[in-house]
Amino acid sequence: MKKKDRSRREFLENAGLSDPEKELFCNAKPRPSKTLGKYMEGFLNWSRANSLWILGYGTGCGAIELRPLMTARYDMFRYGIAPRPTPRQSTVFIIGGYASVKTLKRIVRSYEQMQDPKFVMGLGSCTINGGMYWDSYNTINRLDHYIPVDVYITGCMPRPESIIAGFEELKNRIRKGYTQGANQYINNFDWYKRNQKQIIKDWNMPDYNW
Amino acid sequence: MKTVLKELKKTFSIDSVLQQKDRTWFITVQREHAVPLLNHLQSIQGFTHLSLLTAVDRIEDNRFELAYILFNHYEKVTLGVNVLIDRDNPVMDSVHHLWRHAATHQRELNEMFGISFPQSPRNSESFILEGWDSMPPMRRDFDTKEYAEDRFFPRPGRTTNDPASFMKDKLYPEGE
Repeated sequence: MKKKDRSRREFLENAGLSDPEKELFCNAKPRPSKTLGKYMEGFLNWSRANSLWILGYGTGCGAIELRPLMTARYDMFRYGIAPRPTPRQSTVFIIGGYASVKTLKRIVRSYEQMQDPKFVMGLGSCTINGGMYWDSYNTINRLDHYIPVDVYITGCMPRPESIIAGFEELKNRIRKGYTQGANQYINNFDWYKRNQKQIIKDWNMPDYNW
Repeated sequence: MKTVLKELKKTFSIDSVLQQKDRTWFITVQREHAVPLLNHLQSIQGFTHLSLLTAVDRIEDNRFELAYILFNHYEKVTLGVNVLIDRDNPVMDSVHHLWRHAATHQRELNEMFGISFPQSPRNSESFILEGWDSMPPMRRDFDTKEYAEDRFFPRPGRTTNDPASFMKDKLYPEGE
């Protein structure tokens, strides 16, 4: 990076951290990643679509439907989908159903730690409009106010077949070039952060989890 | 069970006794007598198992009703001990020295109903409601719908039907 650029860089406040903690975390503001040329992106998107690695973090009751999907009967490995144990290695984040406020904090943290490009699938009606928990004191109503969502799968619960259909939809979207979810998050960073902090009152982590 | 109750009545003041089923009894006691009574039931009468510790919000009487559900494994008898405490100043003595897992129940009661148990370990730490800044949500004067609507960005276009009238229109469109 050039020197004059460095002076224009914006830094995050990290107001939720104490002073000794502030030194431990990066406070740089995330910047949108650049896309490569048309043909290079086309090739990359083809390969991205064929190796979707999901983060093994079941946030609600919908995660129970991922187990039959993994095992022999529905066998998601034949579609190039594999579970990974850590957000650093995964590209797809499946929000399995309702997300409580406590879980949302972990969702935001895991989502920010995932590498670019990253995709989010909302499972079940709870992530769309709250589902049967729409008037609960502890579950969020709309997931897309907190992190950008690529594909929603309706149902309560969605069967493994519909999750496979959702993956096919996600693959089609990736092949068409809709891979800018992470950049959308960074471009509207202040809006997403404001929504997140309106819900999560005890914000004791950095503003962006690098 | 009747002999047990007769024996209890000699030492403790029991307000009311209710037999719900063959082997299910409920007694109501004063707040001061509750912990000695539970101690007595556990160590002498064989009610060694605390199945549940929960609360009921009696908002009309301005009381919280704590329910200690005990079980006797030898006699196969369930005994509920109900204690009424003041709703404006909800403080109760802890029973975690009798059953260690009661501390978890008491922590949950503190979070969900705002009933504090001062001697109980880690009582004021939050369970699932991290950073909660409103009224405890299981109290009956807490309006969950209103809270969710002004907080969680409800998606417009959601409709609900009254189940009774909806099914009536569906099944009997011409009337009764």
